[in-house]
Amino acid sequence: MRQFITAYTLIDGFKCMVNGRLLFYQENILTFADFIKALYKQEQVNYPKFYKMDALGKLGFIASELLLRNKDIKSYPPELTGVVLSNSSSSLDTDIAHNETIRNREHYFPSPSVFVYTLPNIVIGEICIRNGIKGENAFLVSESFNSELIAGYVTDLFSRELVKGCLCGWIEVLGNRCEAFLAWVENQADVAETKPGPFNPVPFDAEHLKLLKNQNDR
Amino acid sequence: MEELIEKLKKEVIEQLNLEDIKPEDINPDSPLFGEGLGLDSIDALELIVLLEKNYGIKIEDPKDGKKIFFSIRSMAEYITANKK
Amino acid sequence: MGYRTQITMKQTYIYEDNIISSLGFTTQENIESIRSNAIGIRITDDPLLYPRPVPLSKVDPAALETRFNAICEQHKRSVAPDSFTRLEKLLITSIREVIHRDDLNPYHPKTLLILSTTKGNIDLLEERYKAKFNHKRLYLWELARIVQTFFGFVNTPVIISNACISGVLALITASRYIQSGTYDDVVVAGGDIVSEFVIAGFQSFQALSPDPCKPFDQNRSGLSQGEAAGAIHLSSRKPVGNSRMVTLAGGATTNDANHISGPSRTGQELSLAMDRALQQAGIDASALNYIAAHGTATAYNDEMEAKAIALSKAEQVPVSSQKGYWGHTLGAAGIIESAVAVASMRNNQLYRSAGFETPGVTIPLNILTEHRDAEVDQVLKSASGFGGCNAAVVFKKI
Repeated sequence: MRQFITAYTLIDGFKCMVNGRLLFYQENILTFADFIKALYKQEQVNYPKFYKMDALGKLGFIASELLLRNKDIKSYPPELTGVVLSNSSSSLDTDIAHNETIRNREHYFPSPSVFVYTLPNIVIGEICIRNGIKGENAFLVSESFNSELIAGYVTDLFSRELVKGCLCGWIEVLGNRCEAFLAWVENQADVAETKPGPFNPVPFDAEHLKLLKNQNDR
Repeated sequence: MEELIEKLKKEVIEQLNLEDIKPEDINPDSPLFGEGLGLDSIDALELIVLLEKNYGIKIEDPKDGKKIFFSIRSMAEYITANKK
Repeated sequence: MGYRTQITMKQTYIYEDNIISSLGFTTQENIESIRSNAIGIRITDDPLLYPRPVPLSKVDPAALETRFNAICEQHKRSVAPDSFTRLEKLLITSIREVIHRDDLNPYHPKTLLILSTTKGNIDLLEERYKAKFNHKRLYLWELARIVQTFFGFVNTPVIISNACISGVLALITASRYIQSGTYDDVVVAGGDIVSEFVIAGFQSFQALSPDPCKPFDQNRSGLSQGEAAGAIHLSSRKPVGNSRMVTLAGGATTNDANHISGPSRTGQELSLAMDRALQQAGIDASALNYIAAHGTATAYNDEMEAKAIALSKAEQVPVSSQKGYWGHTLGAAGIIESAVAVASMRNNQLYRSAGFETPGVTIPLNILTEHRDAEVDQVLKSASGFGGCNAAVVFKKI
């Protein structure tokens, strides 16, 4: 049984594309915070917990939200839906923020809502909570997006029938630099039932992951 | 007391990242937890940090938190009684 | 490296392992410490780590220096010991022990290193280390590269950073690679250091116990921070000889989808991970001889875990948390606690759950209160972590 990518989100710099279509780009935006908030508002996402998330959480949450908008995630069994994400800086962006709260012993106020995000897999937690996803999950770290690593890991989950659907990709943010690539992967049999949309499903493998992610580099 | 209540509302909104909420949306006598603001266990811990950071009051036993953080008013009363 | 999608049903054999903790520098030393009821958690007064005295489980720094310096001297390239961070020294020392004992060739194209860590070289954010080490060392792939280069592993290490399930997840990932034939030998290594960063964070969660932690106990009041490193060599190569071998027979992860820091109130999702691991291993919960629980000694974790064990119909199985001996060692936990589970199987011995006196969870569990000899052929190791993640793995003697 083969798997296919049937939807994907690509965020590079402050530009956002979903299924190959440009969704958001405003030239005058200078910070990640402004970008992600503007995207949240433009797409009328209604999820107050968004504001409590750190940068990595917000980026992953929005990327998955836009991707899954046209997918009926509830039609996939929650215990057979997986999330496999990766990045380069782990939670360094928030690590630095937490460190700031403890650096100075004269003003030592560690904050639980900051500390909880000093683990990169929390973004997986946020996505699972939002969508009721309960299956296999993992956060991997690599210097740059490793399409073989992710394709191999996720394909193995499908071979073992541990997942029927899986969100996978790369969620990376540090300061004002951000990059997100999320793909929704499912079995060939399920693809046939999907109504035709603006994006033609592509086979799920390292090559196609790389192709989709690097679209902007043309 | 009313001045402190208004100040607290702003501080709580900021400390808990309640971005879409305005001070006038918060009823000082309404329960903070349960319904309403939808605060959770992390928020409860953050309120403990707020008290220490902004008012120098340390809460040693988190179980006391339920009473102290019941509402904005109960927080204000506690601060008034314990502020150093 | 190509990936094979065919599951060839290869066994995953457990070869050598190593534990470095407050209780010793080898698995044997640690087991002997455990047998003699030593506790590695001590009230520590170090203002650089925390403004007040706090129970910590630390690796003896002088002993680590001695061992690591010796390893560097024996290294074929000239390496300066102080060019490595503390975590790197721990990891390298641990991995070296395993490679040496199994005479493993790290240069082999079908050998892989998997690294499990939650915070890596996080102490490098401190002022005292900023000048000494490049900021780049904060990146886990740079930490991994340092370790990889030391041994000459040809494949880029796979790095898992998934909160407290990292170690168990790393073992599961290794077995999946071996079962599918992608790699024949995998060294799974994990480690985390005690740091002001993590202590402050857990304190903000009111999650630190003022005394050495008491998993599953009525009077438990939180976790104790610990540091450790561990390494386990897994292989598809069938061992020679007649003695029974320990294998990794099944493993799975799930997510609570409930809250990012508080565990599920029902334990359903951890139970699901356990059930899947048991199913893959082809055994019933009632056939388990021991559960090496996560048991952090926080009010919520232990209660949730007890519920999960009951949901999986394993409440009769002897269970312990090893965290009473060496605290919560984060990225190392899943590995060193699995190593003790494997030692239990090799020694046919069960070790008591340190810190436990009075049952403190609502489900009656069979918590080990003394060391004893027993036939230990089938063991389950569980873990849960921030982000709602759960993992379970089953070891089986064949």
